[in-house]
Amino acid sequence: MRFQARVEVQLRPGIADPEGATIERALPALGFDGVVHVRAGRSFSFEVDAPDEGAARTKATELADRLLANPVIEESRLELVFLGS
Amino acid sequence: MAPRVGVVVFPGTNCEHDVVQATERLGARGELLWHGDVSVGSVDAVVLPGGFAHGDYLRPGALARFSPIMEAVTRFAHEGGPVVGICNGFQVLTEAGLLPGALQKNGHLRFLCQPTRLQVSSTASVLTGLAEVGEELVIPINHFSGSYTCDEETLRRLRDEDRIVLRYLDNPNGSVDDIAGITNAVGNVVGLMPHPERASHTLLGSEDGLVLLRSLLAAARR
Repeated sequence: MRFQARVEVQLRPGIADPEGATIERALPALGFDGVVHVRAGRSFSFEVDAPDEGAARTKATELADRLLANPVIEESRLELVFLGS
Repeated sequence: MAPRVGVVVFPGTNCEHDVVQATERLGARGELLWHGDVSVGSVDAVVLPGGFAHGDYLRPGALARFSPIMEAVTRFAHEGGPVVGICNGFQVLTEAGLLPGALQKNGHLRFLCQPTRLQVSSTASVLTGLAEVGEELVIPINHFSGSYTCDEETLRRLRDEDRIVLRYLDNPNGSVDDIAGITNAVGNVVGLMPHPERASHTLLGSEDGLVLLRSLLAAARR
């Protein structure tokens, strides 16, 4: 079975985010008022072959935690969509 | 016998020859170790030098830590061998879990390339053994992701166990507790953002890095 995985990586709450802060500071000059708490992150997508959804989830989660995110400062969120057998 | 210093080269490393030259001026023998090697050979110390290993893609050090040589470096470190990560090398050591915490993008998102004033905070490490606590050193930094970050529990342990070896006197990048360099629990693995090899000759504007490199060579001889 093949699954489409999307992993979002963001800094953990409480970890300073200079990119998000810089974007937020630029917003008023561009005319965007009332936008707060900007956090920058990254998104990754890949396809996983696995015997079932649980196995695909385990594999994608391990990949996210060991490589895509640094758990010391970042957290990741995984979305999985069934593509086909 | 001159101590042998293994200097690891990843694709994108660019300070390896500077480190070799600086250590050889102090009487050591420098040897380049390729990232694909599965052994560090019979070196007496290992340096992970600065640069942009694997283009710093994903995060600095994130891909380099999976290189075959890193398993050998980890074994060498666990056997008590002196291991020092400079700048990008420090980032690799944190990603590899040989040192705690992480190096984040600098506050204000500035790439910093400048001499910095440092203070030796602990001499209980292979890099600061010959220095004195409180000693002031001027050594350049050259990085975009050098803001040392860790959770409060880790910071408390680093302080209590005297593992913060170098602090910035004018914190340039937003590091917690002005941290410029730390060591592991037994003092044989050290990571620091400043480049001691770039402060190893009067022609470079400072020789303050020599006391650190001499300390490393002294530890390597043991």
